[in-house]
Amino acid sequence: MITTTSLYDQLISFYNNNSAGDEQPWLKDLRARAFDAFSTQGFPTTKNEDWRFTNISAYLKENYSLLPGSVSLQNVKSANAIPSFDGYEIVLKNGMLNEDVNIEGVKVTPFRTALQDDHLKLYLSKFIPLQKNPFAALNTALFQNGIVIEAEKNAIVDKPIHLIHVYNAEDPVFIHPRLLVIANRNSKLQVVESVFVTGESPLFLNNVTECYIAENAQVDKYYLQAFSPNIRLVNFTQCVQSSNSLYNNYTYTIPGANLVRNNLHLDLNGTNTESHLYGLYLTGSNQLVDNHTSVHHLFPNCMSNELYKGVLMDSSRAVFNGKIFVHQDAQKTNAFQQNNNMLLSNKAVIDSKPQLEIFADDVKCSHGSTVGSFNNEALFYLKSRGIGEKAARNLLVNAFAFDVTNKIQIPAVRKYIEKLITQKMSEAYD
Amino acid sequence: MLLNIKNLQAKVEDKQILKGVNLQVNAGEVHAIMGPNGSGKSSLASVLAGRENFEVTGGKVLFDDKDLLEFSPEDRAREGLFLAFQYPVEIPGVSNINFLRTALNEIRAYHNQPTLESKEFLRLTRENQKLVEFDAKLTNRSLNEGFSGGEKKRNEIFQLAMLNPKLSILDETDSGLDIDALRIVANGVNKLRSDKNAFIVITHYQRLLDYIVPDFVHVLYDGRIVKSGTRELALELEEKGYDWIKEPVTSASI
Repeated sequence: MITTTSLYDQLISFYNNNSAGDEQPWLKDLRARAFDAFSTQGFPTTKNEDWRFTNISAYLKENYSLLPGSVSLQNVKSANAIPSFDGYEIVLKNGMLNEDVNIEGVKVTPFRTALQDDHLKLYLSKFIPLQKNPFAALNTALFQNGIVIEAEKNAIVDKPIHLIHVYNAEDPVFIHPRLLVIANRNSKLQVVESVFVTGESPLFLNNVTECYIAENAQVDKYYLQAFSPNIRLVNFTQCVQSSNSLYNNYTYTIPGANLVRNNLHLDLNGTNTESHLYGLYLTGSNQLVDNHTSVHHLFPNCMSNELYKGVLMDSSRAVFNGKIFVHQDAQKTNAFQQNNNMLLSNKAVIDSKPQLEIFADDVKCSHGSTVGSFNNEALFYLKSRGIGEKAARNLLVNAFAFDVTNKIQIPAVRKYIEKLITQKMSEAYD
Repeated sequence: MLLNIKNLQAKVEDKQILKGVNLQVNAGEVHAIMGPNGSGKSSLASVLAGRENFEVTGGKVLFDDKDLLEFSPEDRAREGLFLAFQYPVEIPGVSNINFLRTALNEIRAYHNQPTLESKEFLRLTRENQKLVEFDAKLTNRSLNEGFSGGEKKRNEIFQLAMLNPKLSILDETDSGLDIDALRIVANGVNKLRSDKNAFIVITHYQRLLDYIVPDFVHVLYDGRIVKSGTRELALELEEKGYDWIKEPVTSASI
């Protein structure tokens, strides 16, 4: 049974009124299938196993506009800079790319242009299980803006691409950002995403990112989720890896947004792949931060390694659900998964659920989850050297996060995240 | 007087550990506290440093004429008290250098002194590493992580040198040290001794006192100091063991 909300009805009529445009037949067909998948499922409720701990109903009740704001956004670059970060900056204002981007070996194209032929037919929502993911289905049906980043064959991109999403939320908005990253054979690419919002009305981001990594290619993808409180993010990332490819995914969530739900799905669609999934969530106030990941080992000799760490303050809640599927053909799989949590408040709640499903018989797999608090002996040691409570806690939280922050390959990004952790910890403690 | 402990009593959970300790320490002095296992030596160090699970149930401690027990552990350190841990903690992810710089600057801020310049800090680090013969690489290494037992103890003495406290308590610093490491640690302490600071050396064995020669030796037994003397007392204990100390207390209490 579908729980209908006025937003649901609003989306149905929005789709019906806007689906008659002159798009490519394959795209129209995809959108129709996707919309059907959304309309039959509706928005997920806590009765859905994947959303058991994450009740989103309150976040759907706003009187959202379904079109992005149109206020011109000035001077956003300087306001959202990561100090001394040397990368190729791409600014998307409400999902629109307003300037030409010139990066050697990389093609950056707005979807509006890219969808005029059938190049993307091979990629778009090809691997996303739309029947199980109503948000991703909804995005597929409705998205208009966003970009395609495609690294050419053999292109080793010398600097990271810094994708800055800028939105204005003067009024409540519900939008569907979309990103497609294609790394062709032997290419190497780093993408760092951050978000900047003006205005304080609720902004619901129903984001979908797809990432296709061809043979022997390498992609590092960072999502820096340092949001303001009015943001509700449901983020779906689908990554498909071909043989001998390497993918590193970094998700860092810092206190701010009301709701963050990250779905990260990896299909290891070839032999000899390597994947690293690193996550850090520092949560505060009444935040709810939910990370759902799944890794599908489909071929032999692949390695996946997942480490998510959480630090929970105030009345915040976090959910970790990690699934590893080792399919029958995936012999010699190495798959590791670990989730460690530090609860710094009596009111904070973590639901952690590591899962392994193994159908092959020659594999090395491990998974684990821990929940703890400060190590009092370490805290006393620091204090006995004259370090005050606040500085001592900062040192220990940074130390706890160290396993995840020290994996950041870009020094400026690492410094930025560490500074944010210290800053948010200090604010919480004052 | 630098430290004046008057009738100090403390308990852990429901167990009375210190039952009335009296001790006076002046600047320029080295005091050794000896005693059998479980007599309360390390507890005394913990209570003075402000470890949380100890509850002071009576008595007074004056440090430089201030009420020490009123201070938080960090303020005790900032006032010039230093505890060299028996078991220094490993803290993965906190670099030695960042830790030391934070400690020094928090202590300086407490005394309204400006933050130490990087150059000056590094000079100080180099100098003191040399002074206490501690050549471990400190940059890019986590606090005590991967250090051998000896290195951890030497790191304690190095921190002592960096923080330059008025009163240092060495809690069984000799335990787990081979003779060479013991000599290096003792040399470091001897170089740091001055007429402005004082040391309380807690030890089980007199061996350490061959290298760090104390002005006074006290025997702690069953939560009290039952005997005080000079260096010769330590030698006597080495020869006779602790049993002859225990007897009078036990018979008196019957």
